[in-house]
Amino acid sequence: MMEIPYTVEARPDTGVYNAKLGIWLFLASEVMLFGALFSSYVLLRTGAAPGTWHHGREFLNVPLATLNTIILIGSSVTMVMSWASLKMNDFKKFRLYMGLTFLAGVGFLIVKGFEYGHKFEAGLFPKSNTFLAIYFTLTGLHGLHVIGGMIVNGYFWGPGARMWKTQPERFANRIEVAGLYWHFVDLVWIFLFPTLYLL
Amino acid sequence: MSASDTESIRKQTRAYVGVFVTLMVLTILTVAVSYFHMPVALAVLVALAIASFKGSLVAAVFMHLSHERKVIYWVLLLTVVFFIVLMFVPSLTEWDQRNIG
Repeated sequence: MMEIPYTVEARPDTGVYNAKLGIWLFLASEVMLFGALFSSYVLLRTGAAPGTWHHGREFLNVPLATLNTIILIGSSVTMVMSWASLKMNDFKKFRLYMGLTFLAGVGFLIVKGFEYGHKFEAGLFPKSNTFLAIYFTLTGLHGLHVIGGMIVNGYFWGPGARMWKTQPERFANRIEVAGLYWHFVDLVWIFLFPTLYLL
Repeated sequence: MSASDTESIRKQTRAYVGVFVTLMVLTILTVAVSYFHMPVALAVLVALAIASFKGSLVAAVFMHLSHERKVIYWVLLLTVVFFIVLMFVPSLTEWDQRNIG
C-alpha cells in the first residue's frame, strides 16, 4: 500500500509536514470568507442613511455573549492542552482536555441556541432589519464552523484516537492541525463579539 | 519524545495558562469599556485594538505562530495583503459613489 508522504517528517522544500501547510492555506481562504462578510457589514453600516441603523445592543444579550466568549476562549486552552498532553505522552490527559473542548463547543451552541430562540420569540428575524440580517449571517456561519470543529474533535476523541497506538506522532500532528482550525474559530469570535454586540 | 522536548512543552503549557488569564481580563475590559459611552470612532478604535491584541495572542501562542516556518509566514503575508484590500472595499465604494455622483 502506498503511504501518504510527509504526515510526520517535514517536507524538505517547505520545512513543515504537509497537513500543516494545508490547514494554513485553508485558513487563508477562511480569512477571505469571513473578511468579505465583515467588509459587507462595514459597508452596510457606513452606507446606511443617518439614524436608520439598528445597533446590536438594542436586541442582543451582552452577558450571554460574554459567557460564550469565555467558553470559547476556554475551549482554545483545553484544545492546545490536549495537543501538549500528547506531546508529553499522556494520553489520558489528552482524552480529558479533548473531551472538555468538545463539551465547551456544546455549551457554546446551547447558549447561542438560547440567544437565537429569544430573538425568534420576539419576532426578530434576518428579514427584520439590515443589522439582524448580517448578525444572523455572521454568527450562523460561525456556528456552522463550531459544529464542523466539534465533528472533527469528536472523531479524534473517539474512534480517531486509535491512531495513537500505531502512529503517535502522526496523531499528535492531526490534533495540532485540528487545533489550528479550532483556534481560528475562536479568533473569529474574538472579532465578532465586540463588533456585533458592543459597538 | 525526548526528555528535553517534554520539558519545553511543559514550559509552553505555563504560557498557555498565562495567555488564558490575559484573554479573560481583556474580555472583561472590552465589555467594561463599552459601557463608557465614548464617541463612536473612539469606541470602534478601542474595541478593535483590544480584539487585535487578543487575536495576536491566540495566533502567536495557541497557533504557534511565534515560532513557525517561513512558508507559513509567506502564506499569511499574502492573506494579510488581500484582507487589507477587502477592508478597503467599503471606502472604495463610497469614493466611487461620490465621484459618479
